[in-house]
Amino acid sequence: METGSRQDVRASGDEPVWTALPPGLLRMRRLLLVVWSGLTAVTAGVLLGLFLAPAWAACALVPLGAAAWGWVLLGRNWRSWRYAERADDLLISRGVLWREETVVPYGRMQLVEVTSGPVERHFGLATVQLHTAAAATDATIPGLDPAEAERLRDRLTQLGQARSAGL
Amino acid sequence: MTAPGEETGPGGDERRLHPVTPLRRAWAPVAVLAGWAVHDPDQAHRQLTRLTTTTLVAGLAVLVPAAALYGFLSWWCTRYAVTDTELRIRTGLFFRRTAHIRLERIQAVDVTRPLLARVAGVAKLKLDVIGTEKKDELAFLGEAEARALRAELLARAAGFAPGTAREVGEAPARQLVRVPAGVIAVSLLLVASTWASLAAALVVPPLLWLATHSLWTVLATAVPLFGGAVTSSAGRFVAAYDWTVSESPDGLRIDRGLLDRTHETVPPGRVQTVRIVEPLLWRRPGWGRGELDVAGSSNSVLLPVAPREIAASVIARVLPGVAVPQTTGLLRPPRRARWCAPVWWRGHGIAVTDAVFAARHGLLRRRLALVPHAKVQSVRLTQGPWQRVWQGADVRVDTGANRTVTARLRDAGEAAGLLRAQAERSRTGRRGARPDRWMA
Repeated sequence: METGSRQDVRASGDEPVWTALPPGLLRMRRLLLVVWSGLTAVTAGVLLGLFLAPAWAACALVPLGAAAWGWVLLGRNWRSWRYAERADDLLISRGVLWREETVVPYGRMQLVEVTSGPVERHFGLATVQLHTAAAATDATIPGLDPAEAERLRDRLTQLGQARSAGL
Repeated sequence: MTAPGEETGPGGDERRLHPVTPLRRAWAPVAVLAGWAVHDPDQAHRQLTRLTTTTLVAGLAVLVPAAALYGFLSWWCTRYAVTDTELRIRTGLFFRRTAHIRLERIQAVDVTRPLLARVAGVAKLKLDVIGTEKKDELAFLGEAEARALRAELLARAAGFAPGTAREVGEAPARQLVRVPAGVIAVSLLLVASTWASLAAALVVPPLLWLATHSLWTVLATAVPLFGGAVTSSAGRFVAAYDWTVSESPDGLRIDRGLLDRTHETVPPGRVQTVRIVEPLLWRRPGWGRGELDVAGSSNSVLLPVAPREIAASVIARVLPGVAVPQTTGLLRPPRRARWCAPVWWRGHGIAVTDAVFAARHGLLRRRLALVPHAKVQSVRLTQGPWQRVWQGADVRVDTGANRTVTARLRDAGEAAGLLRAQAERSRTGRRGARPDRWMA
């Protein structure tokens, strides 16, 4: 899970060198989950308890249970995300139940996008998205450190130019 | 805003469209009025009786010159120029719009002559480039002018020197296939959708009449249903009539149509995927339909119907060095895939050659899709939970024409190998590809 600088990492052989996502994304997602499910639980408990019967306030346990389950799921999902920069293509692997592994040759890249929403910015995270001429290409790496995202963007752009092949 | 653009772009003089162009939207107000009258007949009748001769004349006296003036001004403001690297189209009376279309990015050139345009001796010219819109077509040009412009654009796109591009003229074409009208008619009769739409048009209105006894309801459903039946049978026949595929140094040429003539030129190396579709009833005569995808182009049919061997030979010309894999040469999914797709698993199969990735699917209506390795944009491997139980996975190959070719139900280990190998092949597949400027 170490996510420091990896300028020196190059896939020498066929085996890709995988990089995991930094823990910031998991922290952000779990915090959002706790906040939203906590709010839902409190509202549900208070409203149902006041208007129906105090016993109905037990319904507040449902969002809490869902949150506990979501806590585990988020952890598994976060662990499943990883990417590898090989000499000629970028690999992204993700998903627990529905697994997906994407390979994008650098030469096919049309555009590299770095986005960061207000919540993401607060947690110091950025998302890198790659676009090729095919809209079906879904190559997104969320929750990167902004410095790493910029490094990745610059490297991808540079490699894309060097190997550019267009349509 | 009516000032003529005196300035001339570097490398090309600006030209105007054909003078009949203002008339092409003349029918629009009439259509709007007719649509309103059909939609609300009572209201229309009441309005008509209130019209006196004076208001009618006054209305016409204002409307007709205004429409004529608008048509004239928008024609006056629309002009195009061919420079060394671009086609520039300037349009817009109030909202100016200039489109610069780079010639080396041309994916295809279409010249269409709708029925009325043929009577007037004019044609539409459209360049297919990714991102072009409907308004980027040049409508209308004189027929000879359209042909000369197409030849010039293709010559410039091919990389001929600017001075000679106009003199190069049209490249000679060699006819590959011409589909006989009888075969098209029979093939349409052997497609289930023709019969389905015809049956719907014959069965639904009487049933509705029995159920509602309302003439308007019946008419409102019968007219679109009959329209659909006619388009899916006679309309397709008329559109596919005299379908000719030829080959020239400028690329592939497709000519078609009985009433509206369409001529399409696809330069070399622009085809992203090719498919052979074999509906169930075409299997006995051994026919198939050839389809192709070019980025930014709307047409996707290469051959409406042809014997399979001929379709394969045309595809071999479209994608040089590609042999269409035989049905027996396809790799079937492992037997346990039947738990993921009962019965239908037998329809799937893949083949990978030096030049293409081919995947077939469908049991009754077989579809074989071919992607040249050089056209692959990205490769994906997907695996759902149920597939994982049976150690299966899908491999998806994305191409630039927004078409994804999927090899479903492969063995998981095989799919992982396929993913790596396909990424490698699509990367190296570019080395032998021809340049964008194919004659340079």
